[in-house]
Amino acid sequence: MTPHLTARNAFIAALVLALFLVPVYAVWIGNNFVLSLFTRIVILAIAATSLNLIMGYGGMVSFGHAAYLGTGGYAVGILAFEGVTSGFVQWPLALVVSGAIAFVIGILSLRTRGVYFIMITLAFAQMIYYVAVSLNRYGADDGLTIYRRSQFGGLINLSNKTVFYYLCLVILMGSIYLVWRIVNSRFGMVIQGSRSNDRRMRAIGFPTFRYRLACFVIAGMICGLAGVLLANHTDFISPAMMHWTRSGDLIVMVVLGGMGSLFGPTIGAVALLVLEEALPYVISVAGRVVTGHDVATAKEYWQLILGPMLLLVVLFARGGIDGLLASLRRG
Amino acid sequence: MLLFIEQCLNGLQLGLLLFLLAAGLTLIFGIMDFVNLAHGSLYMIGAYFAATFAAMTDSFVLGALLALIATFLVGVVVEMVALRRLYGRDHLDHVLATFGLILFSNEMVRLVWGPEGRNLALPSWLNTAIEIFPGVYYPTYRFAIIVVALAVAGFLYVIVMRTRIGMLIRAGASNREMIGALGINIKLLYTLVFGIGAALAGLAGLMQTPILTASIGMGENILILAFVVIIIGGIGSIRGAFIASIFVGLIDTVGRAFMPDLLKLFLSQAAASTAGPALSSMLIYLLMAVILVLRPEGLFPAAGNR
Amino acid sequence: MAETLLHIEGVSKRFGGVTASENVSLVVPAGELHAIIGPNGAGKTTLIGQLTGEITPDAGHIRFADADITALPTYQRSTLGLARSFQITSLFLDMSVLDNVALAVQAHDGHSFRFWRPARKQESLRAPARAALARSGLASRADVPVADLSHGEHRQLEIAMALATRPRMLLLDEPMAGMGPEESARLVALLRELKKEYTILLIEHDMEAVFALADRISVLVYGRVIATGKPDEIRVNPEVRRAYLGEKDVVARHV
Repeated sequence: MTPHLTARNAFIAALVLALFLVPVYAVWIGNNFVLSLFTRIVILAIAATSLNLIMGYGGMVSFGHAAYLGTGGYAVGILAFEGVTSGFVQWPLALVVSGAIAFVIGILSLRTRGVYFIMITLAFAQMIYYVAVSLNRYGADDGLTIYRRSQFGGLINLSNKTVFYYLCLVILMGSIYLVWRIVNSRFGMVIQGSRSNDRRMRAIGFPTFRYRLACFVIAGMICGLAGVLLANHTDFISPAMMHWTRSGDLIVMVVLGGMGSLFGPTIGAVALLVLEEALPYVISVAGRVVTGHDVATAKEYWQLILGPMLLLVVLFARGGIDGLLASLRRG
Repeated sequence: MLLFIEQCLNGLQLGLLLFLLAAGLTLIFGIMDFVNLAHGSLYMIGAYFAATFAAMTDSFVLGALLALIATFLVGVVVEMVALRRLYGRDHLDHVLATFGLILFSNEMVRLVWGPEGRNLALPSWLNTAIEIFPGVYYPTYRFAIIVVALAVAGFLYVIVMRTRIGMLIRAGASNREMIGALGINIKLLYTLVFGIGAALAGLAGLMQTPILTASIGMGENILILAFVVIIIGGIGSIRGAFIASIFVGLIDTVGRAFMPDLLKLFLSQAAASTAGPALSSMLIYLLMAVILVLRPEGLFPAAGNR
Repeated sequence: MAETLLHIEGVSKRFGGVTASENVSLVVPAGELHAIIGPNGAGKTTLIGQLTGEITPDAGHIRFADADITALPTYQRSTLGLARSFQITSLFLDMSVLDNVALAVQAHDGHSFRFWRPARKQESLRAPARAALARSGLASRADVPVADLSHGEHRQLEIAMALATRPRMLLLDEPMAGMGPEESARLVALLRELKKEYTILLIEHDMEAVFALADRISVLVYGRVIATGKPDEIRVNPEVRRAYLGEKDVVARHV
């Protein structure tokens, strides 16, 4: 398919360009908060992109995807704590462990469908969460500070915030490219076919289980990589990385941006996290207007607006933001 | 031995509380084919209502009754305003919408009651211990929880096994045409079922409050346990929910209490105290995994609910 | 006599107290178009389920091309060359017509753990898919989303997908169901073409089509095969007439 200049493509191009220019903007306004915020956004966009692979293209609604975020993070944190700071060891190991955990969870939960699958992935993620909570040596509930980011010899310095941001962004673009290749390959056809009609897939001769499992593992590994980046970004790991609400946030990002659309999860991650920053501000301004004085606590309540917003998205904008953009062209 | 009996009773008590939650979840899923993540929020709201009403009326029992009614009404309103529009939609839609509802109700509770938890004091007649076996004392209140929850379970059993609505539930779920054919007002039935589920969750929440205090997010961990229960028991099955609840409650409580000691028999002191907590928090999930391998549909899959 | 392709030997299946298949035996030689008819609830769906592997029989054996397939999973039966069309249309609605057929081709190409090259650009998948579409008269609709096809076209696509798996035998589950007379006539013509090349097991309610197409017919009543024979023999078989007495007039007209 050749790209056409549509509202949707123009929007995506502008978004990608803006993401590449974030560090420039941060230097310009002399404020590092924006860079830090967008590093976080980009990392979570990688996680959401991996969830989109199984959920949007494969129809596997996993409510435990944050488990891999935690797995990747803990692999880095634990190794660093034990004195292994080389990224050449940390990163591959994190990917292998994330993949292995996805394999075990997948083998057990892909036997089931629908609601069972949603609940079982949630329950297994919760199990991994509690395991992290019980790791007394590694900070238990309180988590663990990482004193040295992953070392790659002289190759790349992750402690440089701008360098680290661009590394995350390149990995995000790489993940999107990878997902694009995968979903259009023979393998991707099987995955999408099995989302659409698994029974028919088996009737025409596909042992769909093994393809779905492979897809589940790939997504787990990409998300594990996001976890590696997140741990390096915050210099900290804790069970909160994989709290079940984080899994919910990832689902929200995917659906808000647009399920089964390549850039949807990125759009969703940007939208959700920018909203998280902007809504409190809006609320406090509104509070001042309504009551005539500053309402100190008002801005804490942004989820009071986010919650019903989700309900509205579900009711009226099923295709997410990307779906709205796509309909601009048709409408 | 004394400790063991006490832990078993605690396990039974946790199991029965889980059952109150799981029964509502499984009924709502069985009849409306609706996945309600916000069920835990109703548990939380029931707890806060009870704390407030008990303080207002100066009576534990009256406060609890008012809280039950209020939680029922909240369930009815939420169903009528928002959730009924989602019946028949994709399960992912349910998950998203009720996830939004959780965020909303957590903030709402923070706004109304503040970020601090709320205590619910027991009246003196419940704040005692009774002798269940010669020489074995058990807190009266915990014993009362067991009795009340068993009574509710018995009541649900009668409804499910002896009434027409119960027959529909057993017949296997979400069969709108069949319910319509029997001349039952479906909309009303659905609202009622949701309200009853809410009241059951509220009951569980308010009964837990004197022990654990009401706090924001209190419903979420127990909700996930309730999910494990209905996965093990089989979605849509009240009987499965009951048996699995007791199972999960016992294994979780007893496992946490004795797993570290048990491990010391096989492992070194240090290894046991490291692995013990991790392993005991994994126990029920391991149980779930084993059951999934053996019976992917749970122990008692509801008829026609595949 | 041609070699036997499908051999069902004494297959039985009970669901609770209901006997859905009772000692069903059937031999379909290669090249035959064998039709199975029977009143509603005769156990046709159960029989199909056992042939495709979605239901495991309690007793008996099913042999296909000299292999015992009684306990084989669905996808392996398909690999052996047993292709099935569904009674209730079962397609990939959100994909294009060509994508649907290409998936069926891919199923039998055996290389689906390929993650990189775009599948839609592979002629080894697309060309056979287009050929199967041409065969079933859907060539002009290749790029249309399946959801936009008419009911009759869905049935044609079902057959195209079955053909694309290069089967040795086609298992057609009520392909005429819900079709208008014109669409039916077109499908009968297509099946007449196909029976020259394929062994076909046809489960069908449309008696006109069955008696026009079948080499032999088996009649299934209450899970039992009460008669097997050439159309003319079935027409005059007293037991069949009795079984169908009181059934729809359509049947009486043709039996």
